[in-house]
Amino acid sequence: MTTPPQQSAPPQTAPVVELHDVSLQFEDTWALRDVSLRLNPGETRIILGAAGSGKTTLLKAVIGLVAVDKGDIKLFGEDVTRRKEEDLYAIRSRAGFLFQEGGLFDSLLVGENVEYPLVNRQTTAEAAPSRDELEQHVKETLRFVELEQTYHQFPSALSGGMRRRVGIARAIVTEPPLVLYDSPTAGLDPITANIIMALIAKERDTRNTASLIVTHRYQDGELMANFRYDAKTEELVPVSEEEQNDPNRARTKFIVMKEGEIVFRGTRHELETNEDAYVKRFVRHEQ
Amino acid sequence: MDRFLTSWIGSFQDFLLLAGRSFVNVFRPPHYYDDVVIQMDVIGFGSIPIVLLTGFFSGAIIALQMARALNTYGATSEVGSIVSLTLVRELGPVLTALLVAGRNASGIASELGSMKVTEQIDAMRALGTDPIQKLVTPRLTATAIMLPCLTAVADAIGLFGAYLVAVPLLHLLSAGYYWSSSWHALVLNDLAQGLIKPLLFGVIISLVGCFYGLRTSGGTQGVGLATTQAVVTASIWIFAVTFLIDKIFVNL
Repeated sequence: MTTPPQQSAPPQTAPVVELHDVSLQFEDTWALRDVSLRLNPGETRIILGAAGSGKTTLLKAVIGLVAVDKGDIKLFGEDVTRRKEEDLYAIRSRAGFLFQEGGLFDSLLVGENVEYPLVNRQTTAEAAPSRDELEQHVKETLRFVELEQTYHQFPSALSGGMRRRVGIARAIVTEPPLVLYDSPTAGLDPITANIIMALIAKERDTRNTASLIVTHRYQDGELMANFRYDAKTEELVPVSEEEQNDPNRARTKFIVMKEGEIVFRGTRHELETNEDAYVKRFVRHEQ
Repeated sequence: MDRFLTSWIGSFQDFLLLAGRSFVNVFRPPHYYDDVVIQMDVIGFGSIPIVLLTGFFSGAIIALQMARALNTYGATSEVGSIVSLTLVRELGPVLTALLVAGRNASGIASELGSMKVTEQIDAMRALGTDPIQKLVTPRLTATAIMLPCLTAVADAIGLFGAYLVAVPLLHLLSAGYYWSSSWHALVLNDLAQGLIKPLLFGVIISLVGCFYGLRTSGGTQGVGLATTQAVVTASIWIFAVTFLIDKIFVNL
């Protein structure tokens, strides 16, 4: 029996994302209500909650796509709540974002979609990579999501799961220190959903990426908490129970949202043993 | 009523804001020249067949109608100058603009609307691109350049249509007199009007299309609604602005 590789304790560095008492109200409904959150490099937060509980809004608020009414949001240490839209582009482009349906530009080829963040970055970068280098980089990223053969296809020719994988490729092509995933498995069959989650775990563990994952599938969070990608064997290996459940060592934690509020935060074990009726709805209990 | 007024003023304010930002972006990098060329092709060259057809028939129809009316005064030889004035000043710009509004304000609104509801606009913002710079400004520039060109084409083919009716068909006047009278009827004021109008219409069509496209909500149904609103609003603005310009130029 092989012992799972040990995960080091989270490094005490500056947080990638920091939210402090963030609130946003649409007429009479709270989209976000006094939300505070801190995400360190390499950490994962699984955000669960009913439809309309503010999960996607939270994700969008983190990169300033949605303006909040109250509170502070810091992304890579920079305040995003009080900046003009023009000033936010540079900060935002340092994070990767996977949209619910992939959000691919359907007028561009798959290769061009994945290349987009790289070309876009060139407008500010001094040394622009050559055409060949760009293509090489894009193909490598597509290989990472196992879709290199789709380089010259339009997104409309791909299945839902493939579009989601191209979306992941586009989100990670610049090797961002943070990736936000909005319902990466919504509407997909369980097999494809598992492939997607395995890819997300692989991305997280190969590059020590911080991840915020919105999902309605508890299994997605379970997979992220239970497994780690081992680059040597190129497989997912289990993370020990003790490590997962120790609040100081666990790098994957859970958040449950209800009507814009965070009603639960903790490790997998804490989530599974929580007695709150609303929180329990999002946990798959063994029969 | 109050609510309607507030929402109308709010929308108009949003529109002005979008217009302001798109104009500023024309002079600010990054410039997406490729997109401008693509849009010029879609809006300009794509509209040529319909503009040719409509221009030709409007010229021919004016000539037919005018021939009858002018006959009463025994002034049928003036058909060339009347057709050229009507076309260059009024019908050329307005008809072309209405056609392009129907074709492109709707096209722009539905394209941007679909992008909005499938989160492509948000994706663009997330990837660090200003959607106004990337999507609105190229469409604005392309339409503002192409509409005057299309109008010139419509005017020319309209005059040709009128020529075919007046000279070979009805034998009202000689070919030489038709062309010289239609050219001499025009003064600088008419030509200025004939070019300033399409320039403004181009701005209106593209901005209205983009405005409704970018504020689309509510899925595919929302895209349909945005398209309709864009065409209706652009058409109304075209008439209102024509009236305003006529008022200014008549007094000049």
